[in-house]
Amino acid sequence: METTEVNGVARSAPRLERAVNGRLLAGVCHGLARHLGVDVLVVRAAFVLLTAASGLGVAAYGAFWVLVPRAEADTEAGPPQRRRDWGQLLAYSAVTVGLAALPWGTGIVQWALWPFIVGGVGAAILWQQADRDQRQRWVLPLRQRWLRSLLGLLLVVGGIGGFVAQKVDAGQARSVVIAMLIILTGVAVIVTPWVVRLWQDLDAERHERIRSQERAELAAHIHDSVLHTLTLIQRNAHDTREVQRLARSQERTLRTWLYEPRADPDRTFAAAIRETAGEVEDDHGVPMEVVCVGDTALDERLGATLQAAREAMVNAAKYAEAPSVSVYAEVAGDEIAIFVRDRGKGFDLDEVPEDRMGVRGSIIGRMERNGGRATVRTAPGEGTEVRLEIRKS
Amino acid sequence: MSETLRRVVLVDDHQMFRTGVKAEIGGGVEIVGEAGDVDEAVTVIRAVQPDVVLLDVHLPGGGGIEVLRRLHGAVRARFLALSVSDAAEDVIGVVRGGARGYVTKTISGPELTDAIDRVAGGDAVFSPRLAGFVLDAFAATDAPAVDPELDQITQRERDVLRLIARGYAYKEIAKELFISVKTVETHVSSVLRKLQLSNRHELSRWAAARRLV
Repeated sequence: METTEVNGVARSAPRLERAVNGRLLAGVCHGLARHLGVDVLVVRAAFVLLTAASGLGVAAYGAFWVLVPRAEADTEAGPPQRRRDWGQLLAYSAVTVGLAALPWGTGIVQWALWPFIVGGVGAAILWQQADRDQRQRWVLPLRQRWLRSLLGLLLVVGGIGGFVAQKVDAGQARSVVIAMLIILTGVAVIVTPWVVRLWQDLDAERHERIRSQERAELAAHIHDSVLHTLTLIQRNAHDTREVQRLARSQERTLRTWLYEPRADPDRTFAAAIRETAGEVEDDHGVPMEVVCVGDTALDERLGATLQAAREAMVNAAKYAEAPSVSVYAEVAGDEIAIFVRDRGKGFDLDEVPEDRMGVRGSIIGRMERNGGRATVRTAPGEGTEVRLEIRKS
Repeated sequence: MSETLRRVVLVDDHQMFRTGVKAEIGGGVEIVGEAGDVDEAVTVIRAVQPDVVLLDVHLPGGGGIEVLRRLHGAVRARFLALSVSDAAEDVIGVVRGGARGYVTKTISGPELTDAIDRVAGGDAVFSPRLAGFVLDAFAATDAPAVDPELDQITQRERDVLRLIARGYAYKEIAKELFISVKTVETHVSSVLRKLQLSNRHELSRWAAARRLV
């Protein structure tokens, strides 16, 4: 069908030959349609009517099949080894058989044939209109569920058989069963593609809905965070430090949202360190460069270590006057180490008064109470590095 | 830097960012070309033959890694990857693709000039973050190495990487480990080579599987 127009344009009077692509049986109709320049559906319908009316169609088809040469496969466009369209063939056959049986069928059987014909025509039309991918989508679920279908069919047949054997006498029963089977088949032929298509479209719609939900979520997030921050930045344009803090904070939030796995800061060490550094950065406006190697679950001792690390970060941010602070956390087996380093002005550790709790109490003391160790390396003008080490309990 | 200025090509799809970088490092280097996508980058770099290419990781047309792939062995320019992305697979990917280093876009002007100079001189430039990635990648060393020379980093290299991750400059690392700056550079280059040549499948798998930052 698709190839008809292409070849019709390319060659003004195509030679009569049997088509290879898009054929249902031997390619006679397709070849004729191309040769005559009419839709293949018309040719097929003609053959169906001829067959139903007098059987002439079959004879003509056979003659064409024998006499007309087969086309070279590579002269045609489209996918070369396209498989035969069994569904369409079935539909045409159903219509042919139905029409042929009509004159000599009698009584109940005759009216039972009508759904068969209507179903065949319906399926044929549907099948004609659907493109190849759609057909694939329709057929696939049927193929996958053949066992279930077979079982269902057996049950239906068995049930009918049982019912008939009990209640009705043999002669009547046979015609009733035949009629029912034909009706069921007709209904199935009509309904199946529709149901499948409906189901597929519903599925596509659901996917689309999920996508638009994601878009809405993204838009909401951008609105709540990024746009908000940009407004704040415009308002604080005179305050360089505040602008920097806002931009930094927003960058960190967005980065976490975009790239990081949803790690729980209450449970894992690396996420907790990042969160702590982020909070200090927000509070004091000094960028914290965090690098984590390895990760582990949080426990009580690690929680205390995190507190000490926070204290070290706060000290660096408040007193060091450094442009940024480096935080490096490392988990190697049971050993956990955190380094907080700045290139600020440093201080003389011996001159820190005894009563100042910051370094001694909150960092060194806290680490020792939890069985860890804190080392402070600093000298005036040389920056400060606080090193915290602890073993996992 | 008393000799002639380093000739640099800027590859980034954000015009605003290119303008910013030019303003910041324009005094220290000579910007000889700019490009906004992969095709343009390949053409410009072939035409002007710069010393160093500042290469954005995310580019229309296949990303920085595609530029590296197409120019592999065809130009003498050295590549320094520049990215806002912190995704490990991006960073490791572009370094394994042939970049001599990786820095984040938040880097300051003087630091960037310094990094360009280092890359032009044949050295590697590791940001603390990249050092962290590499330590992580080589730490997952449960499986025996296929090629010990390439698949493992030495204790000394590990020490250097840890100091980079802790925010130490090369000079400070040299002082800390009682070695020369040249030796530090040698160690870093050696790690870069292992990172690029090692076939340890954990390395690539690691980057993809653990989106650590």
